[in-house]
Amino acid sequence: METATQQSAPGPAVGERPPEQLPRVLGVTRRRQLKDRFIRATLLLAASTSILIVILIFSFLIKEAAPFLKHPGFSALLGSRWTPVSFLRQTYGIYPLVAGSALVTALATLIAVPFGVCGAVYLSEVAAPAERETLKPLIELLAGIPSVVLGFFGLVVLAPWVKEVFGLQSGLTALTGALLLALMAIPTIISISEDALRAVPLSYKEASLALGASRLQTIWRITVPAALPGIVAAVMLGMGRVIGETMAVMMVTGNAAIITLSPFQSVRTMTATIAAEMGEVSFGSDHYRALFWIGIILLLATFSLNLVAQRFLKKYRMVQ
Amino acid sequence: MNKRATEAAAYHLMRGVTYFIVLVIAYVIFDIIRNGLPAINWQFLSESPRRSGAEGGIFPAIVGTFCLVLGAIAVALPLGMGGAIYLSEYATQGRFVRAVRLAIVTLAGVPSIVFGLFGLGLFVLFLGFGTSILAGSLTLACMILPTIIVASEEALRAVPQSLREGSLALGASQWQTISRNVLPYAIPGMLTGSILGIGRAAGETAPILLTVAAFFLPRLPRSIFDQVMALPYHLYILATQLPDTEKVRPMQYGTALVLLVLVLGMNLGAILLRIHFRKKYRW
Repeated sequence: METATQQSAPGPAVGERPPEQLPRVLGVTRRRQLKDRFIRATLLLAASTSILIVILIFSFLIKEAAPFLKHPGFSALLGSRWTPVSFLRQTYGIYPLVAGSALVTALATLIAVPFGVCGAVYLSEVAAPAERETLKPLIELLAGIPSVVLGFFGLVVLAPWVKEVFGLQSGLTALTGALLLALMAIPTIISISEDALRAVPLSYKEASLALGASRLQTIWRITVPAALPGIVAAVMLGMGRVIGETMAVMMVTGNAAIITLSPFQSVRTMTATIAAEMGEVSFGSDHYRALFWIGIILLLATFSLNLVAQRFLKKYRMVQ
Repeated sequence: MNKRATEAAAYHLMRGVTYFIVLVIAYVIFDIIRNGLPAINWQFLSESPRRSGAEGGIFPAIVGTFCLVLGAIAVALPLGMGGAIYLSEYATQGRFVRAVRLAIVTLAGVPSIVFGLFGLGLFVLFLGFGTSILAGSLTLACMILPTIIVASEEALRAVPQSLREGSLALGASQWQTISRNVLPYAIPGMLTGSILGIGRAAGETAPILLTVAAFFLPRLPRSIFDQVMALPYHLYILATQLPDTEKVRPMQYGTALVLLVLVLGMNLGAILLRIHFRKKYRW
């Protein structure tokens, strides 16, 4: 087959010599081609696994959650009481958990955005190169601290501090969780915002400076607005990380399933609920299925945040 | 003059904010080191825990974490590197590549606890691995795959096109070109990038909570179907589940320090290696 196509083709393909001129090399070339194809197919398979995993994640979450729809029905999730373990009547209303996640995420974002954006602007526009090269790895280091270690730090150091400063009965509050989560979101926000800021063409800044604007005016009126889509994407990716964060939040928010807007109350997030209760449920029970529903909601929330963020980032071709 | 003063004040403010962040990070690390160091001795590192971890050491948890990480690497590294080679060297833009990229981005954003649910549903229950090292390693492998692919692809793209063209022009096949003229220069970058993902796997708690971790199991695993203790989960137990948490504080700090050193050590190593290789290969 190979030889036939070779002979009928007007000229040999790149990288292959006409086989009839070099009969002894023919076998080698042939084997090499087969080997090349085999390797290519294997690599293709490796590249496909990420698609496969995503499909498997969605289908297994749905598979485990679906029977809940028949009994007790989807409407059972839409309630404001989460009492899955009760002798009287089990209820699986997820509103308090969604409210807990929303409150903690909103607070953490409010805290993290000014710090993250200021940090990014400083690193990319103000800091000297040597200063930037020292500070950036240090901030990246923060992203590497395991969440359970941060949670432990929150429990032992931050919670007592919050309790004392705000004069509360307990330091395990939504605010404590939000402070820790802000700390986790900051490296994400800084590193992506900084990339976006650096991607702003130099000519914009030069034009602004040439028109007599000061460096500060150029930063806030030219560079930051031009990089805004990237900064928004950075914030969204940071939020995605915050919503999905489990251990730190579980350790410091006190885990009371109540609906509140007060940062000084204890709250229970969706992630913490799954982590804390999955160990005690019997597999296949309503409670078990309800926890998978929470997983689906979390997955959809982070998935859509991610998707929108990628749209913004495409502006800079920061993602291929 | 007034304008210049505002300008200087604004810069100082931004500098202050940035250094404040760094200071907080430094304080977290310093606090763990200061309180953790006294707890660490040979006994702590080499003995099994006693009384649910309130006494004794953390040796089984260290071994457990190493098992999980090695398992995750064994699965995710070849898959991730292979996928990256395909994406950067073979694939042409099209529907497939777009689908793979979407999948990578999606995977990177999936919350760790959702990975735990997925591992529980697929590996533990459906495939019948039970709560075991195997199920946990596979779950962690899925989690770190996107990091490895993205890092590897970046490293491959950094190799100049002329190296490939030169090799192809001399008659080498595509795989010969990749294996002899591209990979040798890309592998250091691929590995250092991957270490960052691996460090993340070592520190994650939520996925292993549902797929492997044993609350208290003071012995070493015998097979990949065994449960194990793991450092992050052990720290969580020590910090929240024991009755007299104040008394166990040195144990908690000690465990936190070991975990921190393990993870940050890997990350630091990766960053230093990256700097080293960037200096070595300047195109």
